[in-house]
Amino acid sequence: MTKLQNAIVGGVRAVIGHVPASWLPGGTPDPLIDKRVALGGQQTRIDGPDKVRGAARFAAEVPMKNLLYASFVHSAIARGRIADLDVSAAEAAPGVALVMTHHNAPKMAVPPPIGMTNLKAAGNHTLPIMQDAKIRWNGQVVAVVLAETREQADHAATLIRVGYEAVQARTQFEEGKASAYTPDSMLVEKNRLDKGNAGQKLAEAAFKIDAVYTTPWENHNPIEPHASTIVWQDGKLIVHDATQMIHGTAGSLAKIFGLKVGDVQVSSPYVGGGFGAKGLWDHQILGVAAAKLADRPVRVALSRASMHRLIGGRTQTEQRVALAADADGTLKALLHHGYGVKPLHSICDEGFSLTGRSLYACESFDIVQHYVDLDLLANSFMRGPGETPGTFAIECAMDELAHAIGMDPIELRRRNVATRDPVSGAPHSQSAMMEAYDLGAARFGWHRRMAQPGMRREGEWLIGMGCASGTFPFMRMPGTSVRVTIDNSGDVHVASAAHEMGMGTATVQRQHAADRLGLPLDRVTVTIGDSSLPFASFAGGSSQTASLAAAISAASGKLVAELLRLAGNDTPLAGLKPAEVEFADGGLRGVEDPARNESFASILRRSGRAELSVVGESGAPLEIIKYSMHSTSANFCELRVSEVTGEIRVNRLVGAFDCGRILNARTATSQFKGGMIMGLGMALTEETLLDERSGRIMSTSLADYHVPVHLDVPDIDILWTDIPDPRTPLGARGIGEIGTTGVAAAIANAVFNATGKRVRDLPLTLDKLL
Amino acid sequence: MTICVNGTEVSPPADARVSLLDLLREHLHLTGTKKGCDQGACGACTVLMDGDRVLSCLTLAAQAEGRDVRTVEGLPGGSDDLHPLQRAFVEHDGLQCGYCTPGQICSAIAMAEELRRGDPSYVTHDLTAGTLVATRAEIRERMSGNLCRCGAHNGIIDAIETMLAETGA
Amino acid sequence: MTPLTYIRASDRADALARAGSDGRFLGGGTNLVDLLRQNVERASALVDISSLDGAIRESESGGLFIDASVKNTALAAHPLVRSRYPVLARALLAGASAQIRNMATVGGNILQRTRCMYFYDVDGARCNKRQPGAGCDALYGFNRYHAILGASDQCVATHPSDMCVALAMLDAVIHLSGAAGERQVPLTDFHVLPGDTPQIETVLKSGDLITAVELPPPSDATVNSEYRKVRDRSSYAFALISVAGGLALADGQVAQARIALGGVAAKPWRARRAEQALVGRAPTPDAFLAAIREDLIDARPLSGNSFKIGLVERTMVAVLTALAGTNA
Repeated sequence: MTKLQNAIVGGVRAVIGHVPASWLPGGTPDPLIDKRVALGGQQTRIDGPDKVRGAARFAAEVPMKNLLYASFVHSAIARGRIADLDVSAAEAAPGVALVMTHHNAPKMAVPPPIGMTNLKAAGNHTLPIMQDAKIRWNGQVVAVVLAETREQADHAATLIRVGYEAVQARTQFEEGKASAYTPDSMLVEKNRLDKGNAGQKLAEAAFKIDAVYTTPWENHNPIEPHASTIVWQDGKLIVHDATQMIHGTAGSLAKIFGLKVGDVQVSSPYVGGGFGAKGLWDHQILGVAAAKLADRPVRVALSRASMHRLIGGRTQTEQRVALAADADGTLKALLHHGYGVKPLHSICDEGFSLTGRSLYACESFDIVQHYVDLDLLANSFMRGPGETPGTFAIECAMDELAHAIGMDPIELRRRNVATRDPVSGAPHSQSAMMEAYDLGAARFGWHRRMAQPGMRREGEWLIGMGCASGTFPFMRMPGTSVRVTIDNSGDVHVASAAHEMGMGTATVQRQHAADRLGLPLDRVTVTIGDSSLPFASFAGGSSQTASLAAAISAASGKLVAELLRLAGNDTPLAGLKPAEVEFADGGLRGVEDPARNESFASILRRSGRAELSVVGESGAPLEIIKYSMHSTSANFCELRVSEVTGEIRVNRLVGAFDCGRILNARTATSQFKGGMIMGLGMALTEETLLDERSGRIMSTSLADYHVPVHLDVPDIDILWTDIPDPRTPLGARGIGEIGTTGVAAAIANAVFNATGKRVRDLPLTLDKLL
Repeated sequence: MTICVNGTEVSPPADARVSLLDLLREHLHLTGTKKGCDQGACGACTVLMDGDRVLSCLTLAAQAEGRDVRTVEGLPGGSDDLHPLQRAFVEHDGLQCGYCTPGQICSAIAMAEELRRGDPSYVTHDLTAGTLVATRAEIRERMSGNLCRCGAHNGIIDAIETMLAETGA
Repeated sequence: MTPLTYIRASDRADALARAGSDGRFLGGGTNLVDLLRQNVERASALVDISSLDGAIRESESGGLFIDASVKNTALAAHPLVRSRYPVLARALLAGASAQIRNMATVGGNILQRTRCMYFYDVDGARCNKRQPGAGCDALYGFNRYHAILGASDQCVATHPSDMCVALAMLDAVIHLSGAAGERQVPLTDFHVLPGDTPQIETVLKSGDLITAVELPPPSDATVNSEYRKVRDRSSYAFALISVAGGLALADGQVAQARIALGGVAAKPWRARRAEQALVGRAPTPDAFLAAIREDLIDARPLSGNSFKIGLVERTMVAVLTALAGTNA
């Protein structure tokens, strides 16, 4: 399938390459790039008041009569089968309504996998769920208990006795590397890139860096644990879920339980953090199955430990990067090889080897990554998948190369920054990484950095500065739709099954719709978060804003046509063609003659319509095939390292971003900062502790998995180039993930600058600096 | 004995295992108080008990008998129904997903009182100083029991500084 | 959590009378409620002693008498603690979070159990402390946070309390009440090393209740004292190691040194050899280093924590050097 994928993508690329740009999406730049009223402003988030009151309702908080609480029993071995199962004590325990195991679980199809071929699929793995006695990873659910109260369910779960027949499990990364497999594709790219004889250039180069960088397993750990409140009603299924894949979850559940898609409703107006984790995992499926068997509503609210057993994280990576350069810093060769874990049943790629294909021009490339197949829980996408670990390796190597040459690290990047796609040669839609560097360097005070490590000291603290590039590709999802309704008072209502997990989705699309349709903000409402609304793709790949924007834009075109039709001949607009009118002042007006206008309310009133409703859809993202579309960033860090303890304290961070136009300065700043703070955690503390002897995750609490606390987080400055991308809706590219990329490298590079110690293994715990 | 929750007397649950957090969320449907970890490692469940910030997940409901419990739903609001700190959170964008937010807010309100009282923190340089300066480092250390994963930390500290300035703490 | 009954004790006598064979005293609950919920511990009854009178008062000898139900916050904020025993205030403030310190009692803090991940993983890991004879998965597993001193091949867990490290340094005495009446135990003798019985962590007997902690009168080396905690995160994290130090100088020489280490053993580790070695010596970093090495000579690092030896050395030297500076 992946070979086929390569052929298809390659074929489409060849064709699209010859198509004139004006035929493609974004062929004509979006007029809202410049014509902005609400867009680009500082609107506070519209759900802010509800969130600060605690009134925003999350999935585990939906009131439900006759509710049962679920508790899970997890396997204690990684591979084998359940030999004995004694559930009698649990069944007899107070309040217990059901114990579900593979003996009585209903028949369920395997989850349809996430992918570009089926946008209503959300499966992170393709394993059967509770259909047999087989154990496939340590932590797999072997029994579900439903009881009248949470306390009763949790207690009854402890009464279940499970006997296992274990077989030798494959849980060791180092051992698994020997039999690693090499996929043909990495997302939509060919995995292996061999261009320009990199081996020879490496051998001949004046300056060379060749090092191995590692990143550990990491977990998203949103503060809201995964939860679903599930009810079957007259053969239909309603799931109040915490998901960033509303339609994917609905479609998958329909498939798994043999239902019509329309018979599954998934509601998820608020998600308490996702970062890639809030997709479809076993807990929703088992909860739905148990609710069906018990014939009662069920609440699944995962414990933090259950989250670590059931929700996949980011794979560990081991990456070798070799860079070769001339004395003037020109890159001659880039080699990026490495390993990650991806069990054969796992869907999500961690394409760290994609990073080096877009950032820098280089004469030759030798790039490929391999996967180790282990008996582990499937991994998943985590904020900035691929580029987050990828930039750590590439950008540390760039720093090492700059040091070896004796060149300023920013200057090295300036000499090599890509002016077109380094691999395909495709033009950039827009790219200005060095402008981001210039902005950031000025704000940060990069000129104060000492090139020689270990030169700055305050008491026991060594001070260092570092920088690194970040990058993430542009993505716009096809099929994402919005319904735009104009009511008879001329107000506009936008609806889509889109997701809110902190990005400010409704806030920003309200600004967009207001500007697109020529209305003040207070005449626009946005409703999201339910599968009964028009289809929206997942909130992932930093694609949601662009996808929704394309859909609203498409809807606005339909509205013009419909409004002109409804307006008829008895209107100042009569005779004008769609191309000759524009939205303004809550209505349409002639572009050439603004005096020819009529309000929405008037048009609807005259035509006797209570409302006018159209659906717009984001079309196929052909622009990403013709153009090289990547956001970039420049990250700066100043930190101190204790000579006594090796502790690192980050003094300040600056992030300068080239992500097209910024739509809401306030929420964008927050999103960039949030990404950078996840990068800070990755750099300093975050590590999922997988005991390779048992395949069991040991760091299952937030006391053991250290996300940054307030005292770890310094003041962060966020800047952006705000240069529009002429090929994207609103001139914007996604900003959700890029913040995380490059941060760990900037921090590791600053540690080197402070101490002269080059640590290539994350996290940068103090023992590595003693 | 009853538990006073936001001014209303509430009977303790029959099952002694029920935490104050689950009493609030599952029995009283006061879901503004959040469950993040249920083991004292995140601070999302912070409520005020007799004015002090505590973790409701590690407090058995029975332990709250005879006590005054205040949750985010019971914070005194101004004309727009928002506490000054809640308003500052919105203004400074001290939130993204909103899940840790009520805990951060309850925590910060109690923290302001601790600062006023002169309670030291781990980063207080002079433990015997009579008055404290609420530096950003002081606020950060004192708020470190409230995790945020979206990364709203800067906005949260900004919002708290705004409240402290407004109330003269 | 198994079904249980909850009883609020009206006073100490009531508490002692109500504690049955399977009953547990409940302080702030910050550790016990978690352990019960994780099924690491079980109890049929909880006797809540958190609302018993908690006072801090000067003892007749000029020391400090602290009731066991005093909250960590109150103890850290107490003016006499801050001025006479700053090491204790700082250690308390280094622990957990403000919310937890508002709940946690002095007695409960002393009885905290280890944070070893294998101890907590009831379903998936072996632990001799939890289930004697089962084996220890930490010995060759994740043991970064584990002991370098006083461990055994049965258990390598550490005691997680910060407060206790300061109490050990201060020669605190624990007051106990139980079936055999009242008795007093020095804090340094209260926790026991694992040996072959890691399930036994203290000298407490069934039904015993910690009623108070008494601090000896302050001295130069308690007033000039500091606690430094080294951890993976800047706050709200357990110690990798910690050092409680106190120093009194006279005529440019060490008159008294008090040193206790946290995060290195199943109990707060009083570095008595170093203390003795330093008396009469000039307070130099070299002297401090040589002294602490006399205690660390017994260190037996595990697969994942050999860094702790150097870390203890450097942190101890830094703490005492700073104290020497302030006492100069």
